[in-house]
Amino acid sequence: MTPGSSTADPHPIHEAEDPHLAKKKFLHDAAEHVRDTGHRAFVRKALGGYYASRDTQKARYRDWEQARDAASLAKWSAVNRLDELLPQFVVNFEANGGKVHWARTAEEARDIILGLLRAAKAKAVIKSKCMTSEEIHLNAAMEADGYGVVESDLGEFIQQLRGEPPYHFVFPCMHVRREEISDLFGKHLGTAPTDSPEELTMIARRHMRRLYIDADVGITGANFLVAETGQISITENEGNARLTAALPRMHISISGIEKVVANLDDLAVLLPMLATAGAGQPMTCYNTLYAGPRKPGECDGPEEMHLVLIDNQRTAILADPEQRDSLHCIRCGACLNVCPIFKNVGGFTYGTTYQGPIGSVITPHLRGLADWNHLSGASSLCGACTDACPVRIDIHHHLLHNRRNAAKTAPNRWEKLGHRLFVMVASRPWLFAAGGAAFRHTLWLMKKLRPPLLRDWLATRDLPAAPRASFRSQWRARS
Amino acid sequence: MRISLFIPCFVDQMTPRVGLAVARVLERLGHNCEFRPAQTCCGQPSFNAGYWDEARAVAIRAVEVFAGAEAVVGPSGSCVAMMRVFYPQLLTGTSHETAALDLASRTFEFGEFLVEKLGVTDVGARFPHKVTYHDGCHGLRELRIKEAPRKLLQAVKDLELVECDEPESCCGFGGLFSVKYPMISTAMAEVKAGSLARTECDYIVSSDPSCQLQLDGWLSRNGKQPRTIHLAEVLAGADA
Repeated sequence: MTPGSSTADPHPIHEAEDPHLAKKKFLHDAAEHVRDTGHRAFVRKALGGYYASRDTQKARYRDWEQARDAASLAKWSAVNRLDELLPQFVVNFEANGGKVHWARTAEEARDIILGLLRAAKAKAVIKSKCMTSEEIHLNAAMEADGYGVVESDLGEFIQQLRGEPPYHFVFPCMHVRREEISDLFGKHLGTAPTDSPEELTMIARRHMRRLYIDADVGITGANFLVAETGQISITENEGNARLTAALPRMHISISGIEKVVANLDDLAVLLPMLATAGAGQPMTCYNTLYAGPRKPGECDGPEEMHLVLIDNQRTAILADPEQRDSLHCIRCGACLNVCPIFKNVGGFTYGTTYQGPIGSVITPHLRGLADWNHLSGASSLCGACTDACPVRIDIHHHLLHNRRNAAKTAPNRWEKLGHRLFVMVASRPWLFAAGGAAFRHTLWLMKKLRPPLLRDWLATRDLPAAPRASFRSQWRARS
Repeated sequence: MRISLFIPCFVDQMTPRVGLAVARVLERLGHNCEFRPAQTCCGQPSFNAGYWDEARAVAIRAVEVFAGAEAVVGPSGSCVAMMRVFYPQLLTGTSHETAALDLASRTFEFGEFLVEKLGVTDVGARFPHKVTYHDGCHGLRELRIKEAPRKLLQAVKDLELVECDEPESCCGFGGLFSVKYPMISTAMAEVKAGSLARTECDYIVSSDPSCQLQLDGWLSRNGKQPRTIHLAEVLAGADA
């Protein structure tokens, strides 16, 4: 499918109900959000701690820029050899006793997973953090079919209790204050108020222990798929993914096809980069390689292990050589953390599974350029994202590429006319100078008449008075 | 050296003093400046809006206008980035590709030109004020200019240079972004201007008149100090 088309999805939860309204909703929500100065300051402060620890960890690399080169190369060589590495991974994974399922679309992925739940006669499902499950709106589909679903990642659990999607795809509840979490737990779990982060964590942990044991199926994501060994690499800070994968009878992992890497050497480059760029850690606390279900004689692990490999427009990105590197993304969230747009409009305003700069690049591919190009427009193109990306995705230039593609495939008639007119004028120096002079001499009047665009500027910002003479006329007078 | 001035269209119309200051500094250093009046706009507004075919026509014109210039120097990191970084991309595969690459190799941002090309840091200016420097994103990340303006400022007599707590944050201008998404643009201005103002400096020095428009616009509307000044004006010895 081309980036211009979108897939119909019967479970469009947490997102603009009508995709054609996505831009309208974005503009509305952005305007609302920027007024909440307290929220914006809270998020900036939270990220301040991240910057400090990230910089400390980056400084421990002998050469962070070379590490970025190595990480980028590892992903580049994998993404450009998917045809070779994916089959190699599948052979090795299935030799370990796992079963691979291919899903072209979100709907196919949901059907596969619901089919597995039915076959397992499951009642309760426990999940660890998995953004692809958000992408395919899995929870809503499972709940509609009557399964009890619990998120075991603390941040995701908090968001589930709040009835909200993740605010940030790495820090799902970064916008929630500690006292709000305490109140939330009090309301849903009946616990006493506390201000201690440790105690809040223990409350969730105590609540969760029983659920791991009761669950029939554990669903996880996948950070990397190692082709040479057929292992799934999952990285986490709470140990909840280990319990999710190991305790229930069935383990289902969900992954985009772009997560495959060639070998353990490449994984060794990517894991610390993910931890440092994503959370300012030297390594994430738990890094586990899952190599198939319980084997005869082993004392623990699931009886069955399934991996659902999702395309959902990734092959369309693969077919676009210009933006193919957006498949390098390891979902570290570093680009969100440095993005002034994200920091000022907040995670929910995007209305997408993947927020921030990388989300603005890939969402038009995943869900249609015509309806989602406004995300590429909503950027000053400052490039902080590209500098932060540990795998060197050319993020902010891809926003330009999306804008160009949209101007070609779905141009705004008035905008196009405006740019044509501008070029006509800019191609004739005398007309350009005359137009400039007219602008200069009538600026005072324009400020009173407030035509569109100028009105949008003047609503919040002043404009200086125009000088009497242009540079070109002063230069002429001087020589 | 004979230097061809690249005067961005809004410098031409709104802040001609910046263009004149550039010429003053370069001439004081013994160079000749020319202004080719056939120049108009670099085409960045159309390019950034996605109208590359339209922008390409303007780019080809600019490449022709500056043909044969020994060096092209402009007082805007943003417009220079358009010419140096994006023209070669825009004109890839056309008959103008070589000329675009050639122009790119001879085009410089003003402060960068002084330090990297002419090897000058002390231009003999005096500016008895406390200032902070605002990095424009195109200069910082497309052209990789970070130290040059600071070296120049540190060499100015009686000038005190301080850093703000968000030197690399965007001011939120972003061309048409500032009027298509005015609420986000304004929120960004508020954050950046706030950080710059916290230094309690007398002036915010910038190498991008477009950032100046944004920061001054917000500071003025909100009745806050200080105001911006272009690097060229500081180096030309202006003492407002």
